Formats: sequence, C-alpha cells, structure tokens
Amino acid sequence: MKHLFRTLVLVAALAAAASFTADAKKKKTDLIEKYPALAPYFSTPAEAAVQPDELGFIRRWVLLEPISKPNRTNTVFVDSYIRENLDNGWNKGDFKVPADGDKVTMQVEYQKPVDMTAGRPMWGVEPETEMKKVKLTWHALDSKLFNVKLYRYAVGTETGRYGAIFRAVTVIDVPEDIENVRLAVGSNSASMWWIDGEEALILSGDRRMVMDDGASKRLTLKKGRHVITGAVINGPGMSDFCVRFIDENGNPVHNYNIVK
Amino acid sequence: MKRAIKLITLAASALVSFSAMAQEGKPWIHDPSTIMECDGKYYTFGTGGGGLISEDGWNWNPGAVRPGGGAAPDAIKIGDRYLVAYSATGGGLGGGHAGRVLTMWNKTLDPNSPDFKYTEAIEVAHSEMDEDCDAIDAGLFMDPTTGRLYCTYGTYFGFIRMVELDPRTGAKVEGTVDPNIAIDCEATTMIYRDGWYYLLGTHGTCCDGVNSTYNIVVGRSRNVTGPFVDNMGRDMIAGGGKMVIDGDDRQFGAGHFGRYIEDEGIEKMSFHWEADLDRSARSVLAIRPILWVNGWPVGGEAFKAGTYEISSVRRGYALELAVDFVRQNIERRGGWRMDPNEPIVVHPNQKLEDVIGTWPEGEIPARIGDWMNRPHQRWTLTVVPEAGGYVGGQYYKIQIEGTDKTLAATEDLDVTVAPAYDGSDAQLWRIEQAVDGTYRIMPKSTPGYVLTSVADSTPSLAKWDFNSDNCKWNFIAK
Repeated sequence: MKHLFRTLVLVAALAAAASFTADAKKKKTDLIEKYPALAPYFSTPAEAAVQPDELGFIRRWVLLEPISKPNRTNTVFVDSYIRENLDNGWNKGDFKVPADGDKVTMQVEYQKPVDMTAGRPMWGVEPETEMKKVKLTWHALDSKLFNVKLYRYAVGTETGRYGAIFRAVTVIDVPEDIENVRLAVGSNSASMWWIDGEEALILSGDRRMVMDDGASKRLTLKKGRHVITGAVINGPGMSDFCVRFIDENGNPVHNYNIVK
Repeated sequence: MKRAIKLITLAASALVSFSAMAQEGKPWIHDPSTIMECDGKYYTFGTGGGGLISEDGWNWNPGAVRPGGGAAPDAIKIGDRYLVAYSATGGGLGGGHAGRVLTMWNKTLDPNSPDFKYTEAIEVAHSEMDEDCDAIDAGLFMDPTTGRLYCTYGTYFGFIRMVELDPRTGAKVEGTVDPNIAIDCEATTMIYRDGWYYLLGTHGTCCDGVNSTYNIVVGRSRNVTGPFVDNMGRDMIAGGGKMVIDGDDRQFGAGHFGRYIEDEGIEKMSFHWEADLDRSARSVLAIRPILWVNGWPVGGEAFKAGTYEISSVRRGYALELAVDFVRQNIERRGGWRMDPNEPIVVHPNQKLEDVIGTWPEGEIPARIGDWMNRPHQRWTLTVVPEAGGYVGGQYYKIQIEGTDKTLAATEDLDVTVAPAYDGSDAQLWRIEQAVDGTYRIMPKSTPGYVLTSVADSTPSLAKWDFNSDNCKWNFIAK
C-alpha cells in the first residue's frame, strides 16, 4: 500500500513537472510576451485558419529574422540587383514551409558599428562590412495591421533595424479554383514575390509601401494548398509590406483560408 | 543634294502630319449628316445628294445614296430603320426663303443591299417665301427620356424652329405648333446629356471657302423646347451660343455638327471644314473628339504623332520599359555645400546611348514608374497609314524613342515591349480622347480591351471602363 502511494505521488510529481515544462516552453516561445514592443503590431497566431481581412490583405505570415544586408541608400535596388540578392533559390527546390521557431544558419554581410565619437561620418564614406555566420529564427505572427511592419518586427525582436532582407512565407488553402486574380503587393522598400516558387512580381527601386503598387499577371488559384513567399529589402528607413489578391476589377479576393 | 534630301524630309513629315489629322480617301462633302453605322460600314450624307461611305471610319469615299438633292440632311436610326431628313429649297440670295423639310425611311444605308429602298419623302415642315424662318437644315433628335422625336430646322434667315415627329412614321405630329428656339443659326441639331438638352448651331459665314468663318456654338436647357442659354446666360433666341469648335491652323469653317457616341465616355463629332488648305481648299469631312467640360461640349484636338510621356491617370506614373534604372553621374549639389558664386553648368538629360547597352535583348516587360524623362520612358507614336483606321483616327505604333522596341498586346490580354515592330495588329494602337480629355489606348488585336493600370506600377489590358481611371492615360508632349 505504502509502495503504491509512493508510486502515485511520483507519477503525480512527474506529470506536474511535465506540465510545468510544457508551460515554460510555451512561455518561452511566445514572442509577443518576450518582446512586448511587438504587441501593437503583431499577435500570436491561433491554431485555426483565418481568412484575409476585409480588404483582402493577408495578415498571417512566418517571418525570418532580418538578414543583414547593409545599404546606405535604397536607390541601388534596380531589377538586376533584386534578382541577384533576393532570388537566390531560398524558396525553391526542397524548400519546406518554415514552422514557428525553425532556425536557419547562413553567412551574412554585416556592417561593423559606426564610430560616432568623432561625429557623423561624411556622406559618401562607405562603412566597413564583414561576412558573418548567423543563426536566424522564423517566427509565426499575425499582423494587427493590413501592412506587416517589418521595421517594428526587427526592432521589436532586437534582431536588426536597417540594412536588411526580410523573408516572409504564408500558406493558403483554396477551396475551389479562383480564376483571373492577381497578387497585388506594396512594399518598402523593394521586394520580390513568388507563388509556389514561381515568380509573381518584382517591385524594384526605392519603394514606398502603397497598396496595390504592383500586381502579378492574371493567374488561376487552383483548388488546394499554395505557398506564397516574399523577400523585402530595405536600406535605411521604415520597412513594411502588404499583400492581397485582387480580381479583374481590382476588388479584394476573400474566399480562401490562411493556415498556421 | 543635301537641300533635296531636306525638302523630301519636310514633304514626308508634312504628309505624315496631314495623314494623321484628316480623313483619308475622298472625303469631299458639305453639311455632313450625323454618322450612321450600318452593317459594319459608316455613312454620312451631304448637301446636293449622295454622301460618303467608309469601311473603317477613317477612309471615306463617295458612294452613299440619298435621293432628293437639296440641302443639309441628317439621319437617325430608330429601331431597325434609318430616318433621313433633308430639305428642298430655292432659297439663298437668288431666291426667297421658301423651304421644305422632308423625311424618308430606309431599312439599310447600303446601296448594294437588296433591302435598300427609300420610302416616299414626306414634308414635315415648310416656310413661306418671306417668312422669318428658312425651312432647311434639318437636325433629328430623339429625346432619350421620353422617346419623342424632334427635328430642328432653320437658318440665319430668322428663327430656328423645332417640329415634333412621330417616331413610327417620321411625319409631323398632328396639331403641334413649331416653337421658335433660336435665331440666326444654321445646321442646328440637338443632343442630350445628364439632364440637359443641348442645341448646337453653326454661326458665321458659310460657303466662302477658306474665308468662311463658320463656327459651331451651343446653348443648353433643362427642357427639350428651351430656352437654350449659353454660358453667359444669353438665350440662343437672342443670338447666344458658346463656342464648340471654330477654325484650326490649316482648316477653316467648322459647320454642321453631328454627335457620334462610340462607347461610354468616347464621343466624336462630325462636321465639315469649309476649306482644308492641305486638300485644295475643298470642303471636307472632319471628325474630332467631343470633350465635356463643366457640362459643355468642347471640340477636342486631333491626336498628333510625336514623342510623349504616357502618364497613367491612376497614379500619374509613366509607362516605361522594365529595365534597370541607370543613374546619371552628375555630382549632387546640396545647397549647404555649394559656393553661391560658382558658375552655373547646364547638364544634358540622359541619352539613349548612355543606357541602351544596359537593356536586355529581346522582349522586355512594360512597367509604370516615376517620370524622370529617361530614355526608357520616352515613347514615339508614329502613324501606320497602311493599317487603316477607325472613326476619327488612325493606328499608331508606340515605340521607345530612337529604337524599334514596340509596345505590344499579348494573346493573354497583357502587354509587353517587343524587340522590333512586326506590323501585327497586336502592335497597332488606337488612340482616342475621352470626353474628360484623357485618352484610351486600345490595341487593334483586341477591340474593347485597353491599356490599363491594374496596379500603380503594372500595366495590362482590361475591358474599357470610362468610370475607372485605371483605363485612362495622358499624353504629355516632349
């Protein structure tokens, strides 16, 4: 009897410990709690799929922490630069949709801290950069706004500020074929977007975030699951993007789900 | 030799200019009736009998048949029949002002059709020898709000009057009295738009060739019978009238207005120039866009070939090649670091040869971007005479200035820039001014689909929608 009691106590203690560990793990991965500065802009996604917002904007994304890419100006983002720096195969081939917390290791161009003790550096003096191996994490987030505030994401997670490439991934389930729609994007600054790995559009140059700034060609969203990926590059200043599907008349498309 | 080449070049450019702005063929006519479309062809009748036929609305030649002779006819389609009005007169300086307005029907305007047969003409109005009205110059108008049919008539000799006609028979409605609605006009006609009835008439000197001062004026009223008042509040019965169109640089004597509604927001007016200096000072058919400015019709300009910024009405961005933006290497001169006394330097714009080497070979996507007057944004529009035309215009090829890179429609209703002009319908563009002064740009290959901003920076093709700025463009001459 005594033995049985001890066993029960042990089991209860183990269960409690397991529960505590799970809670602790959950707490640890709740990005918003860890970084309250994100709260005005992002929330933690619920398990259930969501639909685009009233205007058709996709607010659910998995975002990679900013990839350092120093640029003192956004004017260098011509088409060929975008292709060279954003379209490097990261979302093709054996690309797997990242889950919250997934990590990726890569070499990045890193700008050494600028010595400001002698005042602001002269215009035209390029800061020194070096290559650096980093481990970056994907975070699943719902944007509280129609536009995904990348600057706030970077600053809020204390992973960057300026001079960065952001990668974004979302997955949609389409219940039936939707014909003659276009992926419409606005981004700050330049960006490139793909649907199921196929190039959809490029927004080159020193872009401001404008809804429906650029649109893909007409396409049919076939019934089933599709992966939308995007990469946004920014030098100095704010960075954000907004993405939606529009129909032939420029109206928002709603009849699909965005999964976690 | 050099001089000869120069002269040939001048002559060639004059020919291009000439062919771009005036109807081709043998468009000799006086007092052209409102343009009618019948079985894919266009018709207009003139003073003295007969008239012009066009297969495409641009090339016009004699061939239309209207019996009865007389002056200044008009035509209207009612149901599946055409009602033609004309006037018999012995008037003018040599005679009195006894006139008769007659109407007749035809199932078709095609003289080669087995159905082509005019009904016997019936008189619907007349004037006595020395009456304050000259019963000629008929203008037909069906009130779209009531379905009632009217005919205005009269000349500079007294009043303009209107007679109500039975739209089933074309005869005068029994028991009605023809009211006086204006004075001292010729070739009147009425149109309706947005709750206003407009009376258009021709003022000035008729029939004096290059010295004719003929010009078309307008007044408007909320009632079909007037009073028709101009922009200054003057009743047309007191001589009022706001200018719609008068003389041009090489053509003079605009008279006998007719409205042609091609599409929502795309309206054109037919009239004659009493004299076209480029065509032996003959009286010729003219077709111009109608603009509506603050509720008044205004004659638009004939589109001219040239080099333009093509600016989207949606955002104001400019159509361009989607190529790398090439920076101009001119030192930035921030005011705070500039010696105010240093001499001023005039810098050139970026040139084609500075950048063309950076452009890819082959097809290049089209895009819309910030206007910077760069070579990839400057489009030269050139008439393609052999491509025919449409009502009031010819087809153009649209190319990056100094290159053969040509804007082209694609089979999947998109646009691209082809490496070279191939003469296909996909590379021929119809340029038409809309009633708000903007332009629609439509490829010959897909009628009804026009160059459209589907996003601020993305051009494509979509169905014409006058109520959407996506479909509209401005041409800014460079």
